[in-house]
Amino acid sequence: MIQQDPEHLRQHPDFIQLVRRKQRLTWSLTLLMLTIYFGFVLVMAFTPQVLGQSLNGGATSIGIPVAVVVILLSFTLTAFYVQQTNQVLDPLVAKLEQEVQP
Amino acid sequence: MKTSHLLLLGTGLLSSGAALAGEAATRPLNWNAIGMFLVFVLFTLGITRWAALRTRSASDFYTAGGGISGLQNGLAIAGDMISAASFLGISAMIFMAGYDGLLYSLGVVAAWPIILFLIAERLRNLGKYTFADVVSYRLEQSPIRIVAAVGTLIVALMYLTAQMVGAGKLIELLFGISYLQAVLLVGVLIVFYVTFGGMLATTWVQIIKAVMLLSGATFMAYTVLKHFGFSTEAMFAGAAAVHAKGQAIMSPGGLLGNPIDTISLAVGMMFGTAGLPHILMRFFTVKDAREARKSVLYATGFIGYFYVLLIAIGFGAIVIVGTDPAFRDANGAIVGGGNMVAVHLAQAVGGSLFLGFISAVAFATILAVVAGLALSGASAVAHDLYACVIRKGQASEREEMRMSRVATLVIGVLAVILGLLFETQNIAFLSGLVLAIAASVNFPVLFLSMFWKGLTTRGAVAGSLVGLTSAVALLVLSPVVWVGVLHHEHALFPYSNPALFSMTLAFLGAWVFSVTDRSPRAHTERGRYLAQFIRSMTGIGAAAASRH
Repeated sequence: MIQQDPEHLRQHPDFIQLVRRKQRLTWSLTLLMLTIYFGFVLVMAFTPQVLGQSLNGGATSIGIPVAVVVILLSFTLTAFYVQQTNQVLDPLVAKLEQEVQP
Repeated sequence: MKTSHLLLLGTGLLSSGAALAGEAATRPLNWNAIGMFLVFVLFTLGITRWAALRTRSASDFYTAGGGISGLQNGLAIAGDMISAASFLGISAMIFMAGYDGLLYSLGVVAAWPIILFLIAERLRNLGKYTFADVVSYRLEQSPIRIVAAVGTLIVALMYLTAQMVGAGKLIELLFGISYLQAVLLVGVLIVFYVTFGGMLATTWVQIIKAVMLLSGATFMAYTVLKHFGFSTEAMFAGAAAVHAKGQAIMSPGGLLGNPIDTISLAVGMMFGTAGLPHILMRFFTVKDAREARKSVLYATGFIGYFYVLLIAIGFGAIVIVGTDPAFRDANGAIVGGGNMVAVHLAQAVGGSLFLGFISAVAFATILAVVAGLALSGASAVAHDLYACVIRKGQASEREEMRMSRVATLVIGVLAVILGLLFETQNIAFLSGLVLAIAASVNFPVLFLSMFWKGLTTRGAVAGSLVGLTSAVALLVLSPVVWVGVLHHEHALFPYSNPALFSMTLAFLGAWVFSVTDRSPRAHTERGRYLAQFIRSMTGIGAAAASRH
């Protein structure tokens, strides 16, 4: 396996770019997911009547579609992350591996 | 009665039929259920045999040699999450309280993106068998592994308890055998799966059960919707019309009156899921970080789909099961207890054949999840405690595997005992408590070890211990235990869900004890962060799969 000097790798421009991109993707998506989930939870905790309101005047409350949307968004964000990582970040890692290979 | 006794004897798993319960007379035996369950058991034992031939090394035993594909692992993860506690427990909770039951579902689904973004790939890149591998990557082996193993064992045993209670109730109702015999049956089967088949058998049992449960739930939700002419509005209107709480079931607030309790439960659901050892270990069963990602994508899809189905199942049951006197006993309570609502619904919408199928699936679910839990507990004992701490990495592979099998046996026995002790608790609520502990003991330390350079051994140990003691102490002082179990007048801690507080304290503890750690060891540990960071980012040097 590669026994690279970590300091050398750290200063590698490709590694710097990889870290920057990956961190940005990771933290922006994490923040988004936490906002969605805890946004829902806070509404549920402090103003439950908002979710209890009737949708279109029937028995179905607004909370039902909201819950389904939270589930759908969770999946969508997951899919987006996987797609981004496969298409953008993995090639960067592969390139980096090639370059540091002796 | 006689024949059922013989049948169980025939499986070779129950030898004492002395007390075939008297209640069985009120509950006719369902031959479809027994037949389908036996088919499942025989099939899974066949798989165990197949897996046993392929389980030679420690890597095979703990991680199926890293040869599980992303789709397979995604199904197995989904199988772990859609357990009996969630299938029976959440549908029961929706049946009882309506909308509040959904919070349990959403927390589990929303945890998966977070696990993907923060944990899955890094775990695969840094670890080999257990999450303690990751935490101890640049920290001192012994103290970290002891603490992580204790965290794993507590979580696994408490979760086992929740599952065993569900198993006992279900089989008691279905087979007419006693609770004790039911719990013993589960104990024996899972010890068999895990000791002989290791992770490979455990994963395949989980995959088969996940497919069965997803199909069964799809059919149930479909027939429920059909019952209401495919109008969800008609379903919700019907539920609100017949439920004792009326339209209030469509809005939050019935079960969790207190905002802080709601937030604390939500914190526990999300970060507890990310700290469950039997889930975390699944990321080591795939080839690399890419497959780990793929597993999460599949898992999130399946779990999300299942919980959407549960909405229809739960609300549909309010009308279909709730208004049918056949499912209520003389006092008006649900036959077999509140957790049996989903099983009754199966009978109502699909007749006794489908009841048999769902009962067999629910039982299979318990077996599969309990097997995974037992394996994660056994890994903690054999790999972390025995091989790494006691033998300092000098144990041979044979010795380590023998220890893991002994540990599985002990955990099986403990699971039976705990199942008997906690017979009367609501099982979904027990899972909630487990998540609070996982969120406070495992998650903070795992997260900090991967993302914070400053974490030292002292900080990690302190953080885990603070998380554990505060979670347990707050639980004991909460209304659930202090009033509900110990029968005191008032709870000393007002909230039933400690996660918000105990997790914060764990993070705080880890931080304080790390930044004040000026020892030379701490200095070296911080210095090793860079190498760990590079490997977690790129996977260069990660443990490879043993075969493909």
